[in-house]
This record gives sequence, C-alpha cells and structure tokens, in this order.
Amino acid sequence: MTAITVKSGDPLLEFLLRMGDNSLVLGHRLSEWCGHTPVLEEDIAIANVSLDLVGQTQLWLGFAGEVEGKGHSADNLAYLRDAGGFRNFLLVEQPNGSYGQTLMRQFLFDAWHYYMLRRLEHSSDRRIAEIAEKAVKEVTYHLERSVDLVIRLGDGTQESHALMQEALELLWPYTGQMFDADGFDEVAVKAGIMPDPAEIRPDWDAQVTRTLRAATLEIPQEAFSHKVAARSIHTEHLGYILADMQFLQRAYPGATW
Amino acid sequence: MYAQMVKTDADRVKSLDEMDPQERAFQQRIDAGEKIEPKEWMPEPYRKTLVRQISQHAHSEVVGQLPEGNWITRAPTLERKAILLAKVQDEAGHGLYLYCAAETLGVSRDDLYEQLLAGRAKYSSIFNYPTLSWADIGAIGWLVDGAAIMNQVQLQKTSYGPYSRAMIRICKEESFHQRQGYDIMMKLCAGTAEQKAMAQDAIDRWWWPSLMMFGPSDDASVHSVQSMAWKIKILSNDELRQRFVDQTVPQAEFIGLKVPDPDLKWNEKRQSYDFGEVDWDEFFQVLAGNGPCNRERMASRTRAWEDGAWFREALTAHADKAAKRKATAPIAAE
Repeated sequence: MTAITVKSGDPLLEFLLRMGDNSLVLGHRLSEWCGHTPVLEEDIAIANVSLDLVGQTQLWLGFAGEVEGKGHSADNLAYLRDAGGFRNFLLVEQPNGSYGQTLMRQFLFDAWHYYMLRRLEHSSDRRIAEIAEKAVKEVTYHLERSVDLVIRLGDGTQESHALMQEALELLWPYTGQMFDADGFDEVAVKAGIMPDPAEIRPDWDAQVTRTLRAATLEIPQEAFSHKVAARSIHTEHLGYILADMQFLQRAYPGATW
Repeated sequence: MYAQMVKTDADRVKSLDEMDPQERAFQQRIDAGEKIEPKEWMPEPYRKTLVRQISQHAHSEVVGQLPEGNWITRAPTLERKAILLAKVQDEAGHGLYLYCAAETLGVSRDDLYEQLLAGRAKYSSIFNYPTLSWADIGAIGWLVDGAAIMNQVQLQKTSYGPYSRAMIRICKEESFHQRQGYDIMMKLCAGTAEQKAMAQDAIDRWWWPSLMMFGPSDDASVHSVQSMAWKIKILSNDELRQRFVDQTVPQAEFIGLKVPDPDLKWNEKRQSYDFGEVDWDEFFQVLAGNGPCNRERMASRTRAWEDGAWFREALTAHADKAAKRKATAPIAAE
C-alpha cells in the first residue's frame, strides 16, 4: 500500500488522531528501552506503560479509521502515514536520552494525559468517554509511578538531582504546546467532544509544582515555548521513529503479518 | 534448555551406604519425591549446583531479552508489537523470579549479576545468535522457547521447592510464547513468496543452535548422573533433544518448512526421528565467547548496568533520606 494521507477537516477525526498519535509515538519511544533499563524491575514497569499506550493507540486509531470511513485500520494509520500526517505533541517524540530524561518526559506527559482523560470521561461522544474511562485506569498508575520516580530521583544524589534538573530544562519548552488550541479544537470543544486544552493547565501546573517541589527541582523560569504553525510540523526525530517503526510495512507493501 | 552445562563438583555419585546419616536422610527424602525447602539442611555440593543452574537460567532470561528486543520497535503491526513487548517483559519477570529462587540459597542477585557481567557466569548459547529478520522472532518463539519448555516442563518436578515453583509459573507463560512464535511462522508461510523465504531462512539459521540448547550428550557425564540423583535434573540432554526433534519436525512440515538436516529420517522401529550430528565445535566456540553476538550481548548488558548506576544509587540515597526523616520526625514535632 502507498502512503496514506488523512485530510484534515473533521474535528472529531482530528482529535482522535491527536490522541492516538501521542500514545503511538510515546509507546514506541518507551519500547526502545525494553531490556536496557537500569534494573530488571524497570524493564518490567516500562514495558507495562508502553503496552498500555500501544493498546490505547489501537482504540483511538481504530475509532479514527471508522470516522474517516475509508476502510483504514489502526495499523494502516500507524504504519502508512508519513511524518507530516502525524498529529502528536513534539514532547513525546523527543529522544529518550538518559533514563532520567525518559522519566521526566513521561511525567510531564502523564500529568497532561491524566487530567485530559478525566475530562474526556464526560465527552459528549459516548465512544470517546468509554475509551477514556478504560485508559484513565492505566494512566492513573502511569502518573503515580512517574511522580514517585521524579521525586525520588530529584531528591536522590547530587548527580541524580542535576540530571533531572537538566532533563526538566531541556523538555520544558515542549510542554506549552499541550495547552494550545487551534481551530479544530475550538469546534470540538464547542461540540463537547473534548475539554478546552487551556482548562487542563491549572491542574497540570498544580501537579507539576507539587511534584517538582517534593523532588527539590526548580521549575524553569524560561517562558519560551516551542510554537508550531500546525500539528503536522515536527522535530527531526519523528522521521527516524517512523523509518524504524514502518520498515516492514514499507519494504513488503500489502503483506499481512 | 537455559542451563546447558552445569558442573556438580562430583567425581562420582556416592551410594547411600557411603553417605553419613544426615546426607543419607536427605537423599532418601529426594528419592521419596519430597521437596527440599530453603531453611532445611542440604549438602553443600547440592546447594552450589543449584545456584549454578538457577543463576545460569536467570542470566539466560535476562540476556534473552536482547535478541527479541531488537525487533520490538520494528514489529510490523500494533498487535505484534504488543505481544512481543509482553513476551520480553515476561522474560525479565522470569529472570526476577529465578534470581529470587537463587537468593533463597544464600547468594545475592547483585553478586550473581556481577558474575555475569564479569564473564564468570554462563548463559544459554542460543542468545549469541543474531535476529536478522522478523521471521527470527517467530523462530525464537517456536524453536527456542519450544526447546526451553521441553526442559522446563520436567524441571517443574525438580527437588528444590522454590525452583520447582518458579518453573511451574514460568512454564505457563512459555507455552504462550511458543504459540505466538509458531503463529508468526504460520502467518509468514501463508503469506507472500518473500515472507515464506524469510521463514525458511529463519529455520535454516535457528534449527541447529536450538538443538545445541540441550547441551552435549551427557549420558556418560558424572555431573549429569549426580544432578539426576538429586533430581535437579530429570531427563538427560539427549532424551530431551530427541523429544524436541520428534515434536517439532511435524510442526515444520505442517506449515511447509524444510528442516535443514539431510540426515533427518523417520525411524519406524524407534517411532522417532533419526537426525544428524550437531556441530559441537561451533557450540563450544559460542560457549567460549566466540559466537556471532557474544561481545555485543555482554556489552549491552554492561552498558545498561553502568549507565543505570546513578539511578540505582539515587533510589538508595532517597530511601536513606526518607528513613532518616522518618526517624527524626517525632523529635522535630516535639
């Protein structure tokens, strides 16, 4: 099969792709750690989080395919779109870096993901509410785990403190994007499909402040936030993720696995 | 088999008459099929042999994450990715219970792990072969996990309680692993010509290393006889290998794959397959560290361990701080 382009236009479809692509890309990033973490218990835990995200991807993208109405499965959407067709946040495609950087990225995303899903449980779209209800059970654990580890590593040794602070500074400018709304969001918010992204900010801020304080880490004063003109614009990293992830589907078009 | 060559420190197996009363009572309990539990008396060579065997097995699980982990990010569908992630996660879990079982014998997981990284401990030779295509993931599940199950099913009856219980749990998961591996192969064989060729290439490369997993012929080995007397081992390497061949050849034929052994032939009289000789030179070379991936595998494990030192130290430091805070809290509150 040749590359699929999903045309923008339907705010519901756009929303589903955004949710699905975040889980897909972050789940993929976490899976890169499998067998390489600092300790066996972490190999197990990170695989769990990755598995949850892959499962959520199947639900979001599966629904997106139905809404699109062109017979595309979740796999088609994951494996056959090019980078410009992906709608994920820049934060989740950032490289793993050290294990601490991976955990910091996870924490910053989990805090958004949790409060987003809590609101989506009340979406006007019943199917979205059901997916959110299932996902929030998993993400509650993701957030608990990442809060716990950020605190322990921030308030661990001097070395771990410095490493976590550095990761925080590096990733902070990518967090603002999670609260920006565009035209699609505005329509979807009006239809009650999703909450206003800006509405999640106070909960996220409170969670982040509380956790970083307990971790003895300092919130970056830098107000700069990476802004992109559209969700189709990415960092250079996404292309490599897709080259890796989509390799078999691209090399053997149309084969079933 | 994840523990291929386990030494027992025995020159020969003692008869009951030669044993002192304590050792004789121990052997009689084993002969009666009783389980030995951690706090109970056991002869030192029994304990040492078990530590070697269980830790080799644990190391194999941990190193075994690497060849399959190599394809997680390239798994061709979301479902295949989830299954493979879950499988590699199970292997980490198996490593964990096995290290715990070994710890009941008075050794620490960190010490065992350091022995692995220092190159002083063995792990299964099979994990020193590369995974070059997606079909290799199928072949590992089907052949490698299939060979492992063949060995582990009998080890559920092993005499040491914690090891036996770990095996019961592990076997349940391994049979799922084997099925998913065979399922990958079935899909490939029912697919395009390129996919079928990929599957054939995988069995061509994995067949012989899988037979090597059972270790060299040990019918005459004093270590094996001693391990069998202690019921640490129940069947000989050759018996297990034969069972594996008999079980696997029809599975290969069913999906249209050719087993790469010109000497393979059904023996009507024995109701079993005759098969060719394993290349034992290759086996010993791989055990000696000269397999295609020995160095990469050890380098990966060492890198993960060293790069993660800061993480482990930080968790310990945080726990110490938290304990101190807890200890001083009542005073501060007064």
